[in-house]
Amino acid sequence: MFRTLLLGLATALGLTAAQAADDPLKVGFVYVGPIGDHGWTYQHHEGLKAIEAKYGDKVKTTFVESVSEGPDAERVIRQLAASGHGLIFTTSFGFMDPTVKVAKQFPKVKFEHATGFKRADNLATYSARFYEGRYIAGQIAGKMSKNGKAGYVASFPIPEVIRGVNAFLLGMQSVNPDSEISVVWVNSWFDPGKEADATKALIAQGADIITQHTDSPAPVQTAANAGIPAFGQASDMHEFGKTAQLTSIIDNWAPYYVTRVGKVLDGTWESTDTWDGIQPGMVQMSPYINMDYEIAKAAKETEDLIRLGRLHPFTGPIVDRDGKERVAAGETADDGMMATMDFFVKGVIGDLPK
Amino acid sequence: MEPFLIAVIVAATPFLYAATGELVAERSGVLNLGVEGMMLLGAVAAFVTALTTGSSGLGILAGAAAGATGALLFVIVALGFSANQAATGLALTIFGAGASGLIGQGYVGEALKPLPKLQAPEQLAEFSGVRILFNHDVLVYGAFALIAIVWLYLNFTRSGLRLRAVGDDHHSAQALGLGVLRIRSLAVLFGGACAGIGGAYLSLAYTPLWAEDMTAGRGWIALALVVFASWRPLRIVFGALIFAAFDQAGNYRETLNIEIPSQFLSMAPYLATIIALVMISLASRRSDTPACLGREFRPDR
Repeated sequence: MFRTLLLGLATALGLTAAQAADDPLKVGFVYVGPIGDHGWTYQHHEGLKAIEAKYGDKVKTTFVESVSEGPDAERVIRQLAASGHGLIFTTSFGFMDPTVKVAKQFPKVKFEHATGFKRADNLATYSARFYEGRYIAGQIAGKMSKNGKAGYVASFPIPEVIRGVNAFLLGMQSVNPDSEISVVWVNSWFDPGKEADATKALIAQGADIITQHTDSPAPVQTAANAGIPAFGQASDMHEFGKTAQLTSIIDNWAPYYVTRVGKVLDGTWESTDTWDGIQPGMVQMSPYINMDYEIAKAAKETEDLIRLGRLHPFTGPIVDRDGKERVAAGETADDGMMATMDFFVKGVIGDLPK
Repeated sequence: MEPFLIAVIVAATPFLYAATGELVAERSGVLNLGVEGMMLLGAVAAFVTALTTGSSGLGILAGAAAGATGALLFVIVALGFSANQAATGLALTIFGAGASGLIGQGYVGEALKPLPKLQAPEQLAEFSGVRILFNHDVLVYGAFALIAIVWLYLNFTRSGLRLRAVGDDHHSAQALGLGVLRIRSLAVLFGGACAGIGGAYLSLAYTPLWAEDMTAGRGWIALALVVFASWRPLRIVFGALIFAAFDQAGNYRETLNIEIPSQFLSMAPYLATIIALVMISLASRRSDTPACLGREFRPDR
């Protein structure tokens, strides 16, 4: 928090000179966690490195890490905008409203916000269809779990996370219809201690397979120490649980970032809404390991079906846990519904704060 | 219920170390807000040492040394040069976060084996109480021992009395011939070493890995805990267990059958601290708040 303050101050003081035409394009990144989280922010930072590798002297990158989702974020984003950045990526859901606000004040600066849904002429959004990967993980869990009960270490009750929980459970139920998931909210994107506590609690309460939607490798490690299989998140977490990690959803942002920076450089950038999944490779699965060959083969097959568009994780009938039908039999959920998902499907245990 | 109670004891341990150390420093009249930074320094030093030497014992020592080194900076600036204590402490937190990130850069992605746990004797292991109280690692027991020692020291030794005297009225203490700055420096260094061990507990036992900012605000909770405990060591045990229970309750919602929103539980420690502060100022009888807490001291010549 304080480091970001200092960094922000430094950029604001040092870099306010107006941009000349052939100056390098300044690209700013705002991260919610530390670049060493070995998860979400780490993967975005890999994207930053890819931009530098591709464009060299034509760009100049800045990043501000561990920015909390709140008033602090607006200040950081504004300082980047005021200090001559031409393109700013804000990489967490909670940066949505601050980004919208600053984008209004700086119409000449281009903004891109990850995982949000509010756009403007100079504000694009982008996200990945992580739920596709979660559905595959869920299918693996359905085959590996002995008691049909998985534990889910969750961060905040936002549509992206809720969608992930549901996709995982639908995957599980596609092989074992009685499967259940217990959800524990840790109210943080990154707190290894709390994530480990939640994992222990889930295991103590009967979950025999663990998955997470938080950014540190602590759940995988804790599950490994308890001898329980687990799925990594955002980045390959195999190192933290060599015998535990079954696969990990890898967020591969680099190609997207490289493309978008290229569009600003050649003047063709437009405000767009990108939501890519396994097909173009924005979502990747790390190797399927620590499981039987048959299970790995089936997972690979599901991955291919999703890539080819033959399988949609949210295919009806989908009933929420109050018994209301949300997707009719044979239909698939549209993007609008998935982007605002606020219900748990039948079989999710745990509260859903509104 | 049993896993919940075990989790509470484990979660209380880093609070116990950091808060006990800070309590000693504050009873000597020094407010060191750098606990979070010292914990991070301890966490990274312990992890790197344990990983490279293979010895968790050396790791714990390195954690204590790193925390004390952070505290030494505080001593030099805030006590040696009489700089503002609150500002120096905040600077130490920022410094600790940055320096630990830098030191740990090459160690992200490494993992350690957790500290071994003591096993309860088999014939006793069938009792739930035994399973809750045993089966912990050595640092958990160390935390409770540390509090007992600090309690005895502050209340029943001459040296502890001197330390409290320095915290309550530094000018009188100096008139009595006590070395105010020397006593305060030692108290702050002790506090730093304790915070370092608290951090070491996180990176060696709690989640045996290094991640930047892995203390995630526990140093601030420890600071709040000292106030909540109204500067009394034994109340720290009580407070740490309560804060840890708030922390863990959300995870065991299914077992405990509670309907409190998890956001409220995250806020509860701070709310309890504010209530404790109000109660301290309302209490008619004299509290243990060190009268010279945070005030700068320049020796009269």
